[in-house]
Amino acid sequence: MTSAVVTAEIYGERRSLRLAEWQLALPLALAFAALFLAPLLLLVATSFFNDDKITEPGFASWAKFFGDPFNYKVIADTLLLGLKTVCATVIVGYPLALVYMDLSPRLQKVLLFIIIMPMLLSVVVRTFAWIVVLGREGVVNQALLGLGVISEPLRLLQTELGLVISLTQIEMPLMLLPLISVMSRLDPNLRDASAALGASRWRTLFTVIVPLSAPGLVAGCLLVFASSTTAFISQTVIGGVRLIYLPLVIWQQSLVVYHWPLAAVASLSLVVSVLTVIAALSYLGRRSSRHLQG
Amino acid sequence: MGRRQSFSDLSYSLVIGGIAILAVLIIVSPVVIALMTSFTAGRSLKFPPTGFSFGWYEQLFDATQSRQIHRAAGNSLEVAAMSTLIGVVLATLAALGIARNRARSARFADNLFMSPLVLPGITFGLAALVYFSTLGFRPSLNLMIAGHLIVTMPFILRTTTASLSQLDPALLDSSQSLGASWFYTLRRVTLPLIFPGIAAGAFLAFMASIDNVPVSLFLSNARTDTLPIRMWGMMESTLDVRVAAVSGVLIAAAFVLMLIMEWTVGLTRRMRD
Repeated sequence: MTSAVVTAEIYGERRSLRLAEWQLALPLALAFAALFLAPLLLLVATSFFNDDKITEPGFASWAKFFGDPFNYKVIADTLLLGLKTVCATVIVGYPLALVYMDLSPRLQKVLLFIIIMPMLLSVVVRTFAWIVVLGREGVVNQALLGLGVISEPLRLLQTELGLVISLTQIEMPLMLLPLISVMSRLDPNLRDASAALGASRWRTLFTVIVPLSAPGLVAGCLLVFASSTTAFISQTVIGGVRLIYLPLVIWQQSLVVYHWPLAAVASLSLVVSVLTVIAALSYLGRRSSRHLQG
Repeated sequence: MGRRQSFSDLSYSLVIGGIAILAVLIIVSPVVIALMTSFTAGRSLKFPPTGFSFGWYEQLFDATQSRQIHRAAGNSLEVAAMSTLIGVVLATLAALGIARNRARSARFADNLFMSPLVLPGITFGLAALVYFSTLGFRPSLNLMIAGHLIVTMPFILRTTTASLSQLDPALLDSSQSLGASWFYTLRRVTLPLIFPGIAAGAFLAFMASIDNVPVSLFLSNARTDTLPIRMWGMMESTLDVRVAAVSGVLIAAAFVLMLIMEWTVGLTRRMRD
């Protein structure tokens, strides 16, 4: 009897302790509900109003946004920009991650420093750097003019090519960090075994290293895609006014035109379209890595 | 056969090595070029710069000419410091509460708290603008701190949770079986052990706040704008070469900060793992 009471007491104390520990998350949960969930719910609600004064509920803003073929082009352009940037960062970044594996620990540290350093640099600074590089009097044009390859400065700013090149550098750390994280955990014996069995380095790359590093590759692709499709500063400064992507539309509708329901529709479209592509990419990534490993 | 093999290996080295060198060039050269351009004596962003001078830096540090830039920099620092401070308190408490809890509700809460990293910042920025205006708030630094708190807190939560999950539970059990109270164990055992994780997270959160554009874009006005927003304005209108000088200062600051974080908490190792 007494022992049962004691057990119950211990139990009770344990339970109250666990409850107390769990309660430590409450302040954050409250802040989160008030400052994150409530605003998002309100944004969804705002999209279901017809007029810019937000007085008349209805579906007119959705109908207006999706009734305009121009907006479909903007959504497609935004997603394509993300995919192009993902391809460019994979093509340029993956070999660097491969080389990283073969470096001495000391050089690995230096390379990691070089990769992370731009990440700590404001996106605005990185965007500005590309203006200097790609501008009419910029490095690329001066070099090409000096070499006599071109006679007139090329127009690189305000073109999609210039934007993709810039975003490749700006988003590169997001691709390289997950890749390097996965690759540095690969067993080096696997490569040696593959070589010992007579596979060329190319074959080892595509049949051993790429499948095993797929999780890092997929993670990097997702991060780069999400970041480049919503990179407002780079898109507006390097893309200029001639290239229109969804973030610019959201900004114009909310802070220039002051039509918040339309801005809400545009920003929810951005969320849905970006997250759909991300879900599709990660599904494909999971399936292909399972297929290759199984 | 042997020759073909070595030819294939050679092509591998050339292609992979060549692209890797190109990648390093692409990563590094814009930063170096922007830095060099900031010392130009000319009035444009021509490269190579026309002559060497500290002229743009002098203009930048001139209190009257660059008053708005200074105020924007002050706003950036204040918002970043306050949101990081609040974020450290809230995220550390939450991590202590749920990091080692395997219950489904705790996992759900953890995922929920990390979700601002996935949501496009511009969507949250607009949502915060609509929300705060509906509640009748006028733009102020406090609103910016609240907005930045949400988007930077996940960094602290992530590193702190990671540190906590690497913590040997035996240490906590032995502290408690030796009679230490829960709070004493927290203060003398848990916090010192997870401190590097909290510090790394706080650093990342601070930098994310300094760098944040989407939230500041919607919540600031001309008086409360942050440095990135002001720089964006300077780049959008007439390309003000002082942007180069600001960039130069930020590049130097990032470099120094990075060295400090490397020496104190081993930032590169933490970010790779």
